[in-house]
Amino acid sequence: MPMDESVRKAILGAVPSLRAFAISLCGNVDRADDLVQETMLRALANIDSFQPGTNMSAWLFTILRNHFRSEYRKRRREVEDTDGHYADSLKSQPEQHGQVEFREFKEALTHLPSDQREALILVGASGFSYEEAANICGCAVGTIKSRVNRARTRLAELLSIDGVDDFGPDEQTRAVLAGGGE
Amino acid sequence: MNERKPVGQHKPMETSETTNKKGGAKPGKLGRDVQARLGQQLRAMYDDVVNQGVPDRFADLINRLEDNGNKDKH
Repeated sequence: MPMDESVRKAILGAVPSLRAFAISLCGNVDRADDLVQETMLRALANIDSFQPGTNMSAWLFTILRNHFRSEYRKRRREVEDTDGHYADSLKSQPEQHGQVEFREFKEALTHLPSDQREALILVGASGFSYEEAANICGCAVGTIKSRVNRARTRLAELLSIDGVDDFGPDEQTRAVLAGGGE
Repeated sequence: MNERKPVGQHKPMETSETTNKKGGAKPGKLGRDVQARLGQQLRAMYDDVVNQGVPDRFADLINRLEDNGNKDKH
């Protein structure tokens, strides 16, 4: 399997965003890195099925996402909770911004159903179009739009910013959301 | 551009659409500045990881695979 230089570059180039996506899926850096590694191996093993000229990054995201989903089903018991383990693993990450608001945002994100979180990340952070995100997730474009909308609305609810002028902190709500810390 | 063939197959996943939580989502209900704020936080979180670049582990992996590929025809 002689590796084409452009393939090598494209795969390595996609690693940072694959990691960001994987961490947002599973909430655990080590596991995310394993997911990325498995994605790279699968991609190279199946490189013939990649169509040159199409979006390599989206292809890799699809592999990663499918792999995560099948693992997820296998390890449902372990991974399922959107509140417990996932939230805990995020909490244990070093704080990089030191902002209460930022931490609360991450915390709120963990309370989204995983399909909504995934759609929101793909569209809102990874920069994929709704169409690309729909391809990656194997669902209709309308489904992705709906998930993204629900995710945003839910986040705004959780963060008590559902009104335009309602950015003022409601400290009590925030404290509860943040798990009483602080 | 949408003709790429994913490895493995798409499978439907559990949908949150069907478990309509209270209130549900009404498109366009959120103010633009709320959406912008959420988007900004989301990208900040994501970019924290992206900005870590490519950990050695992955560069090493590619190099190893490349070496193997050159040695034995796979």
